[in-house]
Amino acid sequence: MKKESAWQTPRGMSRRHFMSHVAGASALLGSSLALGNSLQAHAAELKRRGKAAILLWMGGGPSTIDLFDLKPGASTGGPFRPIATSGDVQICEHLPLLAQNMDKLSIVRNMSTREADHTRGTYYMQTGFVPQPNIEYPSYGSVISHQLHSARQDLEIPPFISIGGGSEGPGFLGMAWAPFVVDSNGNVQNLNMGVEANRLAERVQALKALETRFIKQNRGPAAAEHAAVIQKTLNLMTSQQMDAFRVEREPEQMRERYGNNNFGRGCLMARRLVETGVSFVEVNFGGWDNHQNIFPTLQNNRLPNLDQGMSALVEDLSQRGMLQDTAIIWMGEFGRTPRINGDTGRDHWARCWSVVVGGAGLKPGIAVGQTNEDGTAVEGASYSSENLMATICKALGISLSTTFTSTSGRPIKIANGAKPIDELFG
Amino acid sequence: MNDRLRLFCFVIVFGIGLIQLQVGAFGQGPSDSKTDSVLKLIDSKISEMWEAHSLKPSNPASDGEWCRRVHLDLIGRIPTVDELKRFTNDKSDSRKRSLVERLLYSDEYTEEFARHWTTVWSNLLIGRTGGTGNNSMISRDGMHKFLRDSFARGTPYDQFVKELITANGTVQPGSSDFNGAANFLIDKVNQDSAAQATAATSQLFLGLQVQCTQCHNHPFNDWKQQKYWEMNAFFRQTRAFRGRTDADSPILADQDFRGESGNIDEADLFYELRNGLLKVAYPVFVDGTEIPKSGYVNAVNRRQELASLVVSSPYFGRMMLNRMWAHFLGYGLVNPIDDMGPHNLPSHPELLDELAELFVGSEYDLRQLMTWIVLSKPYSLSSECNSNNQMDDPLLGQTPKFSHFYIRQMTAEQLYESMLVLAGGGAGELSYEDQEAQRNRWLRLFTTTFGNDEGRESTTFNGTIPQILLMFNGEMTRNATKGQSGLISKAAAMNNADSVNILFQAGLSRQPTREETRIAQSLLQARGGNRTEALEDLWWVILNSNEFIFVH
Repeated sequence: MKKESAWQTPRGMSRRHFMSHVAGASALLGSSLALGNSLQAHAAELKRRGKAAILLWMGGGPSTIDLFDLKPGASTGGPFRPIATSGDVQICEHLPLLAQNMDKLSIVRNMSTREADHTRGTYYMQTGFVPQPNIEYPSYGSVISHQLHSARQDLEIPPFISIGGGSEGPGFLGMAWAPFVVDSNGNVQNLNMGVEANRLAERVQALKALETRFIKQNRGPAAAEHAAVIQKTLNLMTSQQMDAFRVEREPEQMRERYGNNNFGRGCLMARRLVETGVSFVEVNFGGWDNHQNIFPTLQNNRLPNLDQGMSALVEDLSQRGMLQDTAIIWMGEFGRTPRINGDTGRDHWARCWSVVVGGAGLKPGIAVGQTNEDGTAVEGASYSSENLMATICKALGISLSTTFTSTSGRPIKIANGAKPIDELFG
Repeated sequence: MNDRLRLFCFVIVFGIGLIQLQVGAFGQGPSDSKTDSVLKLIDSKISEMWEAHSLKPSNPASDGEWCRRVHLDLIGRIPTVDELKRFTNDKSDSRKRSLVERLLYSDEYTEEFARHWTTVWSNLLIGRTGGTGNNSMISRDGMHKFLRDSFARGTPYDQFVKELITANGTVQPGSSDFNGAANFLIDKVNQDSAAQATAATSQLFLGLQVQCTQCHNHPFNDWKQQKYWEMNAFFRQTRAFRGRTDADSPILADQDFRGESGNIDEADLFYELRNGLLKVAYPVFVDGTEIPKSGYVNAVNRRQELASLVVSSPYFGRMMLNRMWAHFLGYGLVNPIDDMGPHNLPSHPELLDELAELFVGSEYDLRQLMTWIVLSKPYSLSSECNSNNQMDDPLLGQTPKFSHFYIRQMTAEQLYESMLVLAGGGAGELSYEDQEAQRNRWLRLFTTTFGNDEGRESTTFNGTIPQILLMFNGEMTRNATKGQSGLISKAAAMNNADSVNILFQAGLSRQPTREETRIAQSLLQARGGNRTEALEDLWWVILNSNEFIFVH
């Protein structure tokens, strides 16, 4: 017989409920739990409720001149031909399934940025700010999950999930808003401790005492962040919502529709996660840094998976009535040179390129802006990373007058205070 | 009798030989007076800044805390209970110096010292994933062998860098013409006109980030695109070749560069400006030094020239000083540490210049530089802030003033090595290769690469949920918290108080507080008096605490 002790699980209490007591979740979440009551939620919060975003990140810099802004006949044009779509735009012939869904998406063809280095370009496109030595800016997922958090009180798993890794971090918002990284099979390693619940609870209780002592010794913010992440980990270890990662529980037909490959599974998982209440999901699909031999690589290797996964996601979200609340962003860190190099590849090019967006009430089926005849420059006005970020925030009901305070006390405007892309509204 | 005498002589001769070998191979500690004068310089420059900002520095760290951090930073793991006691029992004024000298210069630690710095430099030179992908020509074993030899021998830093930049030969150990240093460039020269070689060499050794100027002029300093391509021209005589079969080692070699317009005597390259115009470039170093334009390797070996220019550049010593300063103190005198261009000003400019000069003057003796930094006042301070200096924190966006020690997470490798030594030096029977393989398997669990040509990587061992899960429930923790594990079974054989003490000393390099002793007692009660189980729980708690995972 075990002795009675203060740490044993009271009978009749669910494990999750119990965990939230021992680990002090009630203290952390107490006030916001009360706020989360839908009766008390105010209008702005209602507007954000159910909103989410999915970023399809094309690491390496996709050749948008071959995908979404073709220049047939120009010396820069490459071999691919444009085809008609269900929207008022033409896209690459090797994206036939996506073409059937372009009535739900729009292309921004006048992106123009200055960062053509992978690291800097990724940082700029994912945060809306160019890298600066003394301040770390938060990425899309951190900003959006932070802003939508108050409308997501029931969420037990992290609000920002990165499938396949690769995201910029939470910057000055802190580790609590860091992406939770899983692979495309949704495997979350090390979920179980392998000891009974009460023993786990006793360990956690003792750990809390050690953590608190160290934090109280005033050694800087990192010590307390460690404790906060422990709290989130405990929530996750005991949550039913982890089921959202189990893509294999989808009917076989659905899995085939998305495609049995990393990107397809990632897209399907993104839909499951958003259904569960996750506010930001990033699906990473690399391999776009095609300095050599670009056309066969695109045609045989990248575009089939992209076409299948992205079209299935958009269609599925639409059929479930979720697309009206879910913003889709398809982009990489830059485009690729109009000039085809000596290795039949295209190099880094930030001066004029395209991104694709849709959902969350953004105007669908159109092309915003245009490039010149050979795709070497934008004609007319151009947009940049911060405009795109402002657009997504606005679509999700996040106020563009939102101002963060950086760790050094500097006020930082959301999306660097930029204007959204007007053509995509109204 | 005769035989005995002979044996006796042999012992003497052999003994002297050993001593000579030891000194020759591993050098000697810096002289005390030299060290004293350098420490004075560091302390005065750092204190000046405190005074200028009216900062009151933190108290010195406790001996246990200092001992823990110096082990982690110099040899890559926490101290054992015996090592801790040896240090804390030494009451002499020179105890810190003795410990540093032991870790840096005694045979006892040569292997661990070399291993730790091999890890640090492999991550810099080829990343955590270099050599693990299908297309990679890198041999991690080859890279490690070169680094291990260099650090064990105490190769001067300028020599070390020259060997990396100029390396030719095969990359796999055991192959003919083996040169492990060639692994640095083997994956960086063939693609994208050696863009990675250009960027990595400039950034790692000079702290100059030329890669953004590949495509345009630098956004916030006066570097032009031209500069990138002139640096790039130094790598155009270099080519990596795959072996004919998988078993053959890839090889890095010089070859004549014909020039893009075909005139080998003035071998040129062309690049495209943003407005589409083409411009020509020849090898010119970042400071404007030109070398002859011939593409013939026999006439001008461009990498040899580059290596000489790199190691005589004023940026060279400063970059390494900044890197080492940040290694030990958490932040550099310039941050980010490898972006030392004219747009990015140092926090302590005089200290940076003078210390860099002393490092150069020491003939690039890395262990001397390490000694100076770890014996300095800022490195000795506690990480506990007082009410006056808590704003001195780069996490709060402040320029570091080093008025307290900035806590930071252990790296994945430091954690791994610490767990290994806690398990009782564990890997015992495993060969070096098997140990490496085991370690790499574990490290790969949380390293991901991005889909681009730079081989940029990210790690989930960064204080987020996956890391906590790993520490909570991972195999390594499970093994460490099993009753049969060396430490726990050892503790279980002691009396209650000693068993708790030894776990705190092993994990946190300190004694438990009264409150912690009480907590240990409650765990024992909760386990119905089963001491082994209670110690398993306590050890789990210690390993998962912030105090364990942070270098503080």
